[in-house]
Amino acid sequence: MAIAPEKIEVPAGSGAAHDDNFHNPPEKPSAQFHHDADEKTADLRHRDLIQSALGKYYVARAGKQSKFQNWGAARQAAAEVKWEAVGHLDKYLREFEDKISARGTKVFWASTEEEARDYIVGVIKDAGARRIIKSKTMTGEEIHLNAALEKEGFEVAESDLGEYIVQLREEAPYHFVFPAMHLSRGEISDLFKEKLGTAATDSPEELTMIAREVMREKYIAADVGISGGNFAIAETGMISITENEGNARLSVSLPKIHIAIMGIEKVLPKMSDLALFLPMLATAGAGQALTGYNTLLGGPKQPGEIDGPEEFHVVLLDNGRTKLLADPEQRDALSCIRCGACLNVCPIFKNVGGHTYGTTYQGPIGSVITPHFKEMQTWKHLSSASSLCGACTETCPVKIDLAHHLLQNRRNAAQQKPVWSEKWAMKGFAWFMNQPRLYRLALKLAPLAQAFHPLVKGRRLDPLYVWTAGREFPKVKRETFKDFWAKREK
Amino acid sequence: MPTTSSRETILSAIRRALAVPAPKPGHHAGESEPQQEPQFQNTFSILGQEAATSQKRTWLPPVGESWDAWADLFAANSLDLKTQWILCADEAELKTQLQRLRAENGWTKIGLHRGELTDLAAETLGLENFYVDDGYDAHQLEKCDAGITQCDALVAQTGSVLSTNQSAGGRVLSILPPHHVVIARREQLLPDLPAAFELMQEKYGDNYPSLMGFITGPSRTGDIERILVLGAHGPKKLTVLCV
Repeated sequence: MAIAPEKIEVPAGSGAAHDDNFHNPPEKPSAQFHHDADEKTADLRHRDLIQSALGKYYVARAGKQSKFQNWGAARQAAAEVKWEAVGHLDKYLREFEDKISARGTKVFWASTEEEARDYIVGVIKDAGARRIIKSKTMTGEEIHLNAALEKEGFEVAESDLGEYIVQLREEAPYHFVFPAMHLSRGEISDLFKEKLGTAATDSPEELTMIAREVMREKYIAADVGISGGNFAIAETGMISITENEGNARLSVSLPKIHIAIMGIEKVLPKMSDLALFLPMLATAGAGQALTGYNTLLGGPKQPGEIDGPEEFHVVLLDNGRTKLLADPEQRDALSCIRCGACLNVCPIFKNVGGHTYGTTYQGPIGSVITPHFKEMQTWKHLSSASSLCGACTETCPVKIDLAHHLLQNRRNAAQQKPVWSEKWAMKGFAWFMNQPRLYRLALKLAPLAQAFHPLVKGRRLDPLYVWTAGREFPKVKRETFKDFWAKREK
Repeated sequence: MPTTSSRETILSAIRRALAVPAPKPGHHAGESEPQQEPQFQNTFSILGQEAATSQKRTWLPPVGESWDAWADLFAANSLDLKTQWILCADEAELKTQLQRLRAENGWTKIGLHRGELTDLAAETLGLENFYVDDGYDAHQLEKCDAGITQCDALVAQTGSVLSTNQSAGGRVLSILPPHHVVIARREQLLPDLPAAFELMQEKYGDNYPSLMGFITGPSRTGDIERILVLGAHGPKKLTVLCV
């Protein structure tokens, strides 16, 4: 399933850009990454916005995490529960399917994103439906669902405020938890003014109310609600949705059809596991004790119930997940609960920003899983988007060893397809370091060579180009350490 | 149908993948050989439900021992969440508080479902009542000034209301009107999340309502510059009356 984004056909028009390849599609992902990273790291306004937003997150998270009697033990237990679930994934998925089907839910298994898209489009077409309300789903982003739905002529509205904003801007979510974190209220006001014809305002509250008014009618008029799912409970056959705005709750309650799409790794063995996972997801993800709405759905409207959808479909998506499962070293990356904490603490994310990654899942977790979900050689550059500081590993509520997985991806990429220049350079270096005489001679000659350095410095001819393009090379000492030590002995 | 084939493809891919043993999480390349059996065990599976619940309690935020401590905690959490928490001494005070809320918010039409406490509210308020029990028009419900519901429980630990479409008049009543008013009995106040899940299991057995959930504060968003705004899509106000 090597699906590089440049191969995906997207129709022209508004939905086309709502995709993770909205920056210059023909460009190679690594070239695009370097280009965008250069641009973003120099963008001080971007840095201010991100630092201010994340500053609020750090304070809130530290406060809520400190309320736990033992966050460490909770983290360990959460990691163990997910390890149990992922380690017996077939068993728990079948249990989930049996239980939720027994109450009238249709479960569809999709190996690829095409299969998932085709099924969803089919359900909507069969029902003769046209208007779709979506609540936030990253799995939906992963399969480029909006573009597919709009191509069919359906009217698609993203109801989550952040998602709605990026939908209007025709761009991908910036961060998989905070989709519009890169925008100031001024930009959002301008956007609403342009797209909705509303008056300019610098009040986040007024801006939120504009979106509220737009959406209210859409919930009621929608034929189909599409959502994601944060957890699938095997024991009871339910999906659990975590949100703050109430948009998911409305999207899964008012329309006649509800379609939920989720990755196969989302399963948890027991309902009571949520007593741990819901507060941990809220704490790690947004610095909340619990998010505003945590909803468990165990089927469509049952006999005797007042309201709810008549049809409920759950799409279980593989799309590369079983490939990741087959890698014993990185299997635990499937434990991810998509809280986004690793993005929030990552020095690379904070500097290059979410869009630079060019992936559905940004930050450390995205850099780990994208090469597995898509293709290693095209996405291996993400493994180097790391300072190896390990902040991601430290912050992860389910203890995924992200920092080491990035290193493993580097190693695997090099083993799979060695870069000859690097390989020979390392061989040459190893040989050189084993020649003490030659080494000493080189050290003696280095100051002399450095005198000629300005002739080529910072240009392509410079052997130290990568270093000297942006930095000064330190002046080589005439006296080596060995000489210095020998003198000192006397 | 691709359903069956993809189902089999995925399940067999999972089985093939899991046939290769994996080192326990946290161990990285070169540190140790993959073990035959994952050393990690699911604490909860081994210990059983009861022990697992009691263990979780020792990790989650503390809640105190007495009902009064839980009520204080619910009040403190409500302040943080901007939930209006009103503890009533008796039904007479509940009535007074409802009348005060009616005047304060200028209610003229309320949405509600049939129930012991909601019937009491309807009687006390004497407004235009919009009952959802036998089906309803969403546009009409949207025009109600408030949705008044009962619930399954209150959770002190997080300041949450646990409700289902069975206890709270369907899926929409608690979310579409701009003000959600919950009326609960004192004995419905639970200490923590493990207790909430125990209650659901005891109360519903295998016959769960199709929607169950925790409502924690009024609808909120931080999507614009991480600044808190209430009433993103759901209720702008949440009032919890406990009697």
